[in-house]
Amino acid sequence: MSAVTFNDVSRHFGAIKAVDAVSLDIAEGEFFAMLGPSGSGKTTCLRLIAGFERPTAGDIRIFAQPVQDLPPYKRNVNTVFQDYALFPHLNVRDNVAYALMIAGQGRRERYRAAQEALEMVQLAGYDLRKPSELSGGQRQRVALARALVNKPRVLLLDEPLGALDLKLREQMQEELKSLQRQLGITFVFVTHDQGEALSMADRVAVFDHGKIIQTGTPEDIYFRPEVPFVADFVGSSNVLPAALVAQLAGESRPASIRPERLILGAEGRIRARVTGLSFLGLATRVSLDAQGTRLTALLPQDAPRPAPGDEVGVGWNADDLHLMTAGAGA
Amino acid sequence: MHSDRAPLTLKIAAAAGLLFMHLPILLIFAYAFTTEDQSFQWPPPGLTLKWFAVTWNRPDVWAALGLSLKVAAISTAMALVLGTFCAAAVSRSRFFGRETVSLMVILPIALPGVVTGIALRSAFSIAEIPFSTWTIVLGHATFCVVVVYNNAVARFRRTSGSLIEASMDLGANSFQTLRHVILPNIATALLVGGMLAFALSFDEVIVTTFTAGQQQTLPIWMLEELVRPRERPVTNVVAMIVVLVTLLPILGAYYLTRGTDQVAGQGK
Repeated sequence: MSAVTFNDVSRHFGAIKAVDAVSLDIAEGEFFAMLGPSGSGKTTCLRLIAGFERPTAGDIRIFAQPVQDLPPYKRNVNTVFQDYALFPHLNVRDNVAYALMIAGQGRRERYRAAQEALEMVQLAGYDLRKPSELSGGQRQRVALARALVNKPRVLLLDEPLGALDLKLREQMQEELKSLQRQLGITFVFVTHDQGEALSMADRVAVFDHGKIIQTGTPEDIYFRPEVPFVADFVGSSNVLPAALVAQLAGESRPASIRPERLILGAEGRIRARVTGLSFLGLATRVSLDAQGTRLTALLPQDAPRPAPGDEVGVGWNADDLHLMTAGAGA
Repeated sequence: MHSDRAPLTLKIAAAAGLLFMHLPILLIFAYAFTTEDQSFQWPPPGLTLKWFAVTWNRPDVWAALGLSLKVAAISTAMALVLGTFCAAAVSRSRFFGRETVSLMVILPIALPGVVTGIALRSAFSIAEIPFSTWTIVLGHATFCVVVVYNNAVARFRRTSGSLIEASMDLGANSFQTLRHVILPNIATALLVGGMLAFALSFDEVIVTTFTAGQQQTLPIWMLEELVRPRERPVTNVVAMIVVLVTLLPILGAYYLTRGTDQVAGQGK
């Protein structure tokens, strides 16, 4: 069954088309990522599901129920906000139990539920602290417990890891993933970080200018981008312009190739000049200029390294070149 | 070289400044205990507490005090309602002329009291509204609203907008959100604004003289007493009471706003 369905949903702010005729279908129990640069409409889509925005056109369903006329407090959907939005005047326990207090549950009952939710996010014992006394990572967990305490059918996460440092972010990625598997709730999360989207989600929708450009599994998005924008935005693939592909493969369509699949040597399919080298630890990134087309190659540490200014041949296995449909930026 | 100790000249200047500001007030207090009731004679020929009893038995003092408290209470209540709504509208939504509205709300406190007073007086007479307690209240509300508005707007600005969305998201309707999230977050700001408004209203003279008609608020009564002396030290006793009644809320406001610089609902 579909958890969330968008049918040609638009949200326009005056002349600005924040979300423009988007259709999507999120399955029950799915971990779904909305990926895109800022201003691409992904957050507005999330707010449309939560009910903070009403669509200008189109039809939104949550578990087959049309919701475009339901206010946020009548939707069985909860949100983890980007800034967490914890209530500063309430302690951790009352923050987590807020939804149950509003629902009219008794004190004992709701405190027990809050306790369980806090244990689930490994924050047992923090009940009486104020949000201002917690670290960023702890606030995030409280926000998560607060959103989950009422057992929503869909959990929305707005840039959930944006404010955390790298190490904490990686840890939370795994925890979120296992929490989602354990609860079986549909998670929909918004991010501008392609690594985050690829590592956590079952499926990713890539947004640009209010539209969904491509939807697919992380592997689809990463290895088989359909348009140059996706190739470039997700994992900075090399995009070969249609004219160059026409010479090489006989088809006038842009193509993408992963940086780690480029082979540098004396021979090659095209010639390029090395414009820069940077050491990344596991690999060395080589910037290349092939008659105006900028390419990036990732060389393993043990491969021979060219020097800046060298002329090299650039080759690849034919299978690694992925032809795309001509899209914006081709 | 920088020294932690202030130089002697600076200390003397500071002491002189403080004396200049506070000595006259202490003189007023001292005269409340003098035995001389015709003129201000220094030093007082003798000390007595009888003026407190005399004041206690003067009905005109009670009438003026009662009116002042009533006016201050009503205008503070009006200011709390109007000021909070204004602040919420200005800080929560964007609309055409928002900055203008904000300026217009603040303007009355910058306007000289004489101008406000004359304007209100002529407005009342054009509209043929007879002077009453309510005309005084209206006059006071013009500046009380500003005080509440300023406090509330500052708090709203520091309260994250996503708190309201979070509350709605968790199942609370608008009324529940107001009661459980908005009011607790702006409560101290409203208390402070209300206290300041009360203190301002309680000792207001200028606007009141134009809008009071025959009634006397406490400050007006004191002004009259100074012109036509009768049992002069009674005025001093009343002055002490006025100082206390206005000082306490202001001190309270000061203590309540200390340490609330932290931004409410901020994520990091």
